[in-house]
Amino acid sequence: MSIYLNKDSKIIVQGITGGMGAKHTALMVDSGAQIVGGVNARKAGTTVTHKDHDGNDVELPVFATVAEAMAATGANVSVAFVPPAFTKDACIEAVDAEIRLLVVITEGVPVQDTAEVWSYLQGKKTRMIGPNCPGIITPGESLAGITPHTITGKGPVGLVSKSGTLTYQMMYELKDFGFSTAIGIGGDPIVGTTHIDALQAFQDDPDTEIIVMIGEIGGDAEERAAAYIKDNITKPVVGYVAGFTAPEGKTMGHAGAIVSGSAGTAAAKKEALEAVGVKVGKTPSETAALAREILNAR
Amino acid sequence: MEYQAKELFAKHGVATTLGVVVETAEDAKAAAEQIGGVTVIKAQVKAGGRGKAGGVKLAKTADEAFEHASNILGMEIKGLRVNRVLVTPATPPVEEYYFSFLLDRSNRQYLCIASVEGGVEIEEVAKTNPDAVKQIGIDPGKGVDAAKAREIATEAKFPEAVFEQAVEMIQALYKTFVEEDATLVEVNPLARLEGDKLEALDGKVSLDENASEVRHPEHEAFEIREEADPLEAKAKDLGLNYVKLDGQVGIIGNGAGLVMSTLDVVAYAGENHGGVKPANFLDIGGGANAQVMANGLDVILNDAQVKSVFVNVFGGITACDEVANGIKGALEILGDNATKPLVVRLDGNNVELGRQILNELNHPLVTVVDTMDGGADKAAELANA
Repeated sequence: MSIYLNKDSKIIVQGITGGMGAKHTALMVDSGAQIVGGVNARKAGTTVTHKDHDGNDVELPVFATVAEAMAATGANVSVAFVPPAFTKDACIEAVDAEIRLLVVITEGVPVQDTAEVWSYLQGKKTRMIGPNCPGIITPGESLAGITPHTITGKGPVGLVSKSGTLTYQMMYELKDFGFSTAIGIGGDPIVGTTHIDALQAFQDDPDTEIIVMIGEIGGDAEERAAAYIKDNITKPVVGYVAGFTAPEGKTMGHAGAIVSGSAGTAAAKKEALEAVGVKVGKTPSETAALAREILNAR
Repeated sequence: MEYQAKELFAKHGVATTLGVVVETAEDAKAAAEQIGGVTVIKAQVKAGGRGKAGGVKLAKTADEAFEHASNILGMEIKGLRVNRVLVTPATPPVEEYYFSFLLDRSNRQYLCIASVEGGVEIEEVAKTNPDAVKQIGIDPGKGVDAAKAREIATEAKFPEAVFEQAVEMIQALYKTFVEEDATLVEVNPLARLEGDKLEALDGKVSLDENASEVRHPEHEAFEIREEADPLEAKAKDLGLNYVKLDGQVGIIGNGAGLVMSTLDVVAYAGENHGGVKPANFLDIGGGANAQVMANGLDVILNDAQVKSVFVNVFGGITACDEVANGIKGALEILGDNATKPLVVRLDGNNVELGRQILNELNHPLVTVVDTMDGGADKAAELANA
């Protein structure tokens, strides 16, 4: 088991012919994920070819729309590598086509566009992950995004993180245990899937034995997650929060990573998590050590 | 700044008085003469509490305008030097209200905050009299039409005499919020002037940088270069994601989360090395090629406070050997301009190859370390030497 993504997931790529899209489609095909096609209205009817892990050519059809791609391939997951100016339209198209999972990798999407997409998908069938995220990986089964698939394999750890590189770092630190699923929810002020969504999914996933949650400054997602953990999560959770040294009022790389006045500080987030019994590491390696302790005590 | 917010208000039909922005006391005098009557001289900086800091003064005559402007220009408010003042006609309000639209991250929608007890810090009103501050959620898919504006004005209890004007203004402010891709549009005070005229007396607009990049090239005009940190300006020109901090250990890393984390780890390590701190945030992203690395190092080495540099890269998509070659190439590009010790921690894909490349380089300034915590400690130690 896993969350949101497994070996049966059939994935299409929106923006499969662009620079980022092509590069990461190749890596996803190499990882063994079932990539079944792509979308680009101007190149519909053509194909792109990538090599699988054994060096065999995999020919992928390019469709005009998400709906056509789904009808022809049975795809249920889409990964979007669409430039920020066109991301909103690409998302709405995918939602209208009733794709089950939409992973938006694109960085730099205007936040009002994301707000509109979020409003639009209420009551619809699509779960959105991102934008501005590394996507989701179920090691050994599937990859929808840009997380390196070579870091580690399957295991008992579920990981949810706002940050891509901290996801990779944590997977690397705990590579001897492996992961059920690692999901990067993205660093924008508004994202489609939150820490809370992932925590509940990991709670319900029989293969996940421990959850590692990585947060950073800005907003109150970690505080809300802490409140949620208290009432709903019985599996052990280990946490890490980045940005203790971030100055007030400065955006630290991620559009959502900003301390506003006294709100959104790393200290407040750590405190909220610790108050509900989550062990929070001071550094990524200390966090990994805390997780390791729990894993070894099983 | 206030005058820029007012320009945006005027553009979208929000009732306001623009006034005249000047950079010298002479021009302030001329502006006061031109406006006539009593004027207000207001410091233009991106900070609240300008009145309390003595940055807002009433001038009865043009000579008084000159005097106040000379005092205000050059003063510092919350660490920001005042280079401009706004001269506006003095229009004493009969009543003051508060109004804003903002991005509500927690609820993934927009929020309208309105209070007829405005004019002071809204946070104060919210604490002392929470019932007077109305918060109304806005569905981004539906927006604010005349009916919604009417609902907001009713909820906020705008008085009868200015009610219709409030409904108009709420729609114009929402138009400003949406069409400019703002994350905050705030009017404080929203003033009821004599003759029951409603006007935005002061305001603030925060713009979404992503949206400015994608569809508002005109927003670039709002940036005031001379007030940006020179290193931040240089980094921006080079396309680098850099924030200047007050410390001695320069930081380069890939990925916003990892770089933030690196700053924290360096600060902890600094506690054991004379209290040295991280000097900056710099995310070079996934690429980490030689030119990007060289540009990053160039900015950091130009920071006179920097004593050592910690390069912390996790090789994910970009494998460690590529990153190591990037560092090697950057040192070649910089040549003699590379003057400060460099601690490099590489981890991830092809880490052995990457470390081998750096070890073979055997550069006198470069120390290769195995872990992030170890690298932070070494860099802090070198910065404290």
